Amino acid sequence: MKDVQFLHLVVNGAAHDIAAPPGRRLSAVLRDDLGLTGTKVGCDAGDCGACTVLIGGEPVCACLTPVAQVSGARITTVEGLADGGLQAAFLRHGAAQCGICTPGMLMAAAALLARDPRPDRPAVEDALGGVLCRCTGYGAIVAAVLDAGGDGSTAAPVPAPGAAVGASIPRLDGQAKVAGTERFGADHVPDGALLVRAIRSPHASARFAFGDLARWAAAAPGRVHVLTAADIPGENRFSTIPAFRDQPALAETHVRMRGEAVALVAGPAPLIEALDLGDFPVEWTPEAPLEDVAAARLAGAARIHSRREGNLLIEGKVRCGDAEGALKDAPVTAAAAVETSYVEHAYIEPEAGAAWMEGAVLAIRACTQAPMMDRDDTARVLGLPPERVRIVPAATGGGFGSKLDLSLQPLLGLVTLRTGQPSRMVYSRRESMASTTKRHPAKMTARAGADRAGRLTAMRFDGDFDTGAYSSWGPTVAVRVPVHASGPYRVANYHAEARAVHTNGPVSGAFRGFGVPQAAVLQETLFDDLALAAGIDRLEFRRINALRDGDRSVCGQQLFGVGIGQCLDALAEPWAVALRDAAQANAKDGALRRGVGIAACWYGCGNTALPNPSTVRVGITPAGRLRLHQGAMDIGQGANTVIAQICADALGVPVDAFELVGPDTALTPDCGKTSASRQTFITGKAALLAGSALRAGILALTNMGEDARIAPLPGALRVSDGRQSRDIALGELPVDANGYVLAAEESYDPPTAALDENGQGSPYAVYGYGAQVAEIQVDTRLGTVKVRRITAAHDVGRAINPALAKGQIEGGIAQGLGMALMEEYLPGRTDNLHDYLIPTVGDMPEIRSILIEKTDPEGPYGAKGLGEHVLIPTAPAILNAIRHATGARIGRLPALPHRVRAAIRAAPERPGGHAP
Amino acid sequence: MDVYHRPETLQDALALLNGTALTVAAGCTDLFPATPAQELAGQVLDITAIAALRGIDEGADGWRLGAATTWSDILRASLPPAFDMLKQAAREVGSVQIQNAGTIAGNICNASPAADGVPPLLALDAAVELASSTGTRRLALCDFLTGVRQTALRPGEMVTAIEVPRASGAGCSRFLKLGARKYLVISIASVAVRVVAPAGRVEGAALAVGACSPVPLRLTALEQRLCGRAPDDLPDAVDDAAIAGALSPISDIRADAAYRAAAAAELLRRALGDIADGAAG
Ligand SMILES: Cc1cc2nc3c(=O)[nH]c(=O)nc-3n(C[C@H](O)[C@H](O)[C@H](O)COP(=O)(O)OP(=O)(O)OC[C@H]3O[C@@H](n4cnc5c(N)ncnc54)[C@H](O)[C@@H]3O)c2cc1C
Ligand code: FES
Ligand code: FES
Repeated sequence: MKDVQFLHLVVNGAAHDIAAPPGRRLSAVLRDDLGLTGTKVGCDAGDCGACTVLIGGEPVCACLTPVAQVSGARITTVEGLADGGLQAAFLRHGAAQCGICTPGMLMAAAALLARDPRPDRPAVEDALGGVLCRCTGYGAIVAAVLDAGGDGSTAAPVPAPGAAVGASIPRLDGQAKVAGTERFGADHVPDGALLVRAIRSPHASARFAFGDLARWAAAAPGRVHVLTAADIPGENRFSTIPAFRDQPALAETHVRMRGEAVALVAGPAPLIEALDLGDFPVEWTPEAPLEDVAAARLAGAARIHSRREGNLLIEGKVRCGDAEGALKDAPVTAAAAVETSYVEHAYIEPEAGAAWMEGAVLAIRACTQAPMMDRDDTARVLGLPPERVRIVPAATGGGFGSKLDLSLQPLLGLVTLRTGQPSRMVYSRRESMASTTKRHPAKMTARAGADRAGRLTAMRFDGDFDTGAYSSWGPTVAVRVPVHASGPYRVANYHAEARAVHTNGPVSGAFRGFGVPQAAVLQETLFDDLALAAGIDRLEFRRINALRDGDRSVCGQQLFGVGIGQCLDALAEPWAVALRDAAQANAKDGALRRGVGIAACWYGCGNTALPNPSTVRVGITPAGRLRLHQGAMDIGQGANTVIAQICADALGVPVDAFELVGPDTALTPDCGKTSASRQTFITGKAALLAGSALRAGILALTNMGEDARIAPLPGALRVSDGRQSRDIALGELPVDANGYVLAAEESYDPPTAALDENGQGSPYAVYGYGAQVAEIQVDTRLGTVKVRRITAAHDVGRAINPALAKGQIEGGIAQGLGMALMEEYLPGRTDNLHDYLIPTVGDMPEIRSILIEKTDPEGPYGAKGLGEHVLIPTAPAILNAIRHATGARIGRLPALPHRVRAAIRAAPERPGGHAP
Repeated sequence: MDVYHRPETLQDALALLNGTALTVAAGCTDLFPATPAQELAGQVLDITAIAALRGIDEGADGWRLGAATTWSDILRASLPPAFDMLKQAAREVGSVQIQNAGTIAGNICNASPAADGVPPLLALDAAVELASSTGTRRLALCDFLTGVRQTALRPGEMVTAIEVPRASGAGCSRFLKLGARKYLVISIASVAVRVVAPAGRVEGAALAVGACSPVPLRLTALEQRLCGRAPDDLPDAVDDAAIAGALSPISDIRADAAYRAAAAAELLRRALGDIADGAAG
């Protein structure tokens, strides 16, 4: 039984008398009892700082504060933050991407600014050190706090019609994020919603049987619903790729990984929250798990899925020329092996959502990257036609690939369908980390050869990717890796293979780059070896081999709009300066050694040789409102803004003329998933086509010339050129099924050609390119690595919104740095943000971004994708810099201090210690 | 039945502790992360309303740090250089948010091998004051900490203060912590060093290492070897093999055992070097 007391709280100046258990977390009281959902919960453990509030002006974690301790104290939450320069500076600097960390950041910053209105950078870093951000890389946030005393204006004026593309306008959906009013998955609680909790496997592999569920439920002091796989009305199998459907929403008789759900309990929140799930009647019979690829591939190993021999999910291959022959002949060769770890997405928002019935339609509101896929897969699991499921995406607090997969959607749907009542579910941090997808751990080897002039002649690549218990995006990784493992270079003789292999580890899925970042770690460090062996400057080596317009890729695809050369050119100067600085610093003896590394990337945008269309609708209502149905899920990357900018210019209206209708499956056509860096390119192109089509229709109606201006007015549309002006009376036009009098809907699917058995074909219509120079300092005695600066040149084709592009670069670098230096997910051991470390504000280097605009012939206004590219070069550039500084070769990621120190001690003594 | 007590006097707290098994709660920065629940369950004794338990007093015999003194309180307190290491540790506990809530007694009672408060307190020869309804006793901190997450607290007892003797307020001090990132990080290894060298010769030294043994340790043999040396010569006296022999580090997700021992020695050298650079007084 609970001890409930009457407490007097003063929140944002308002007094509240509430009855609550005195030992309850303040975060729960603020959110559940007072409805102040601006305070976010990312971990319930003090590790993320999203719940930061001020008590008497001092920041604390609301999740660690028993409410009794603040009875009578002055509590300030984001809702009570004086509306001033700070929020405006956040908007102006692009400091909020997904926005889930923003309230915590704002509160931590506000406490600092109250004490010190003009803080310096170290003071800002100390103040923000307790709040994690997974999107921005922190640079924009620090800049915003330093500039909080700025003029308070939001930003430059809205660009004129036709000038939106290329303008760094602040994100159109940013106001709610900086005000703390954005509604994420956990922020909407339907009246009377049942709280749902899952029973999950503590074993990596086990059979299980339930005891007397009815009796257990009846013993609870209230009505508890218990649901298992037996209650699932449809096909209890899903996967992101239909041909590989293998994952149950609730396991049936045995579990294949830790954290797999086997049953749900649902009921009134206080009752369900208080249940001790430790005595849930389930009996486990653990079986020996296959821990890694080596065990899973052993002859005679148990099959995790009966139809998949040798636990092989799929194998991808690309071959051209004669790699082995050319390697034999190459005067300069190098070989290397790299092993990487599971990497956790660590978005600050754990999965959360709610479901309810709208008549016969099941509505699910949850965080997601792929609303239409959620709809179709949830419908199949629940035995419903797709039209009877509506996905209403919640604001999504980061995704990075993991929120492409179903998580709680079918669970919520099942409860609401079976009980007829609304339901809600919020994953704990542990649950999120244990049950959702990860980056594939990879074990890779490669060899490469070059001639004496440093021209690559051959490369052989082989990789095993641990795809875990279920298929998820394993097939995509296995196919993408061989296509990309050459890097953005000409390699005439090439043979790459990658296998996705099942183990009883967590499901490996999509994570920014689909396996390409792992492959690039090996390929780019290997190419440093080649450059060293050939005695050629490492940047120069890459320039010699960089793909050029008209070259053929290892898939035989002829490429145009290839920007890697320009990226490398742009880095030549920073590279030379960095090398000089490092040499100067290293002239002094001591434990600290500087190093400089470079790495490049390329990345195909969109699905690999598979259709992935987007459809954009834009319409004008009889009242003269212009609506853009923008179905590209914005998880912080900026689709809401970028797609609107493209459509605005195509239609010829200012970007603020649109009302945005988001990716609600009942309202907006399918724009596919937010993955594979495809939205700016593919949805952008559909928006360009739709905007242009509507414009053409309007101009035809008025007989006006190409350069006429279109201005929406109440009830009318004014079209004018220099000489004449005509108003279209909208009320007189017929209204279509969507409620529009004028509308256009256009689809775009990029042209690709299937890969043959040797991986030859045209897998992508558009590629993006980039390269980064990392300047680091290694403490050779402690093995710690401090990244001092990263100069990043990325070819985006056309920067639709340069500020948002830079935000992507900084965020990608932060994740790449984490992957290089600290991130290692160990199932069952690092299911929290205490032991699983991601970079904090104090770990980030100075970042200099250089945007290269090498027009792509296919992309909208020449644009290419960027979101994933930005992460790829960071880790290999850092490793190459460590090598440069110390001679140490790191074969295992992350480069934790003890591994770096060991590698330094194992490195051949190198007088002067550095490579050319 | 859950009961949550939040008395305002120590007397009331001790009376409550007498007879019932209560969970003492202070900043809750260790208690809450340990539970997935939204509430602290069971019988809780919240000591944060007891004004007498918070703050630092200096008396003739030395300093008294109330049990519920937070890391931020320590940072703001005016203390001699011998306490610099404690302040440096305070500044590196988690984040500002954690420092505002977490308490010094919570840190030692939680008894983590990596507790950052412990090495400086060991190097300050701190004693722990324990009170129950029947009386008060004192234990040296090294006797209070008995193992990984184990202390000498008896049923019915709580920590009321941490005391630092006057003599230990002498000298200069330094704390260094090694972690895999800048903020919010648990120590892979940490060291606290206090050196008394009023006339250019070391008269006394106190060295402690954290996260390299079940309970942070004083390195008494090395301390003795430092006596009589010039401050500049201190780093050279640190012998890797001797340090490794004195410690018993484990291999875990953060680092392996050999690395920990080597890092501890290196951190000691650097801390001693920093003190020499700052001219020990
Ligand atoms: C995100 C995060 C980061 C952290 N980083 C660090 C770090 O860098 N270094 C570090 O050392 N620690 C760190 N900690 C741990 C923690 O903050 C400290 O140990 C803190 O000092 C604990 O104090 P507290 O008042 O919050 O303890 P509480 O959580 O209130 O209590 C901790 C334990 O001590 C007992 N207890 C508390 N007070 C008394 C008393 N007076 N008498 C008897 N028993 C008592 C409690 O019953 C409990 O068992 C971190 C914690 C978090 C959440
Ligand atoms: S929710 Fe409180 S710190 Fe993460
Ligand atoms: S913007 Fe910081 S976590 Fe997304």
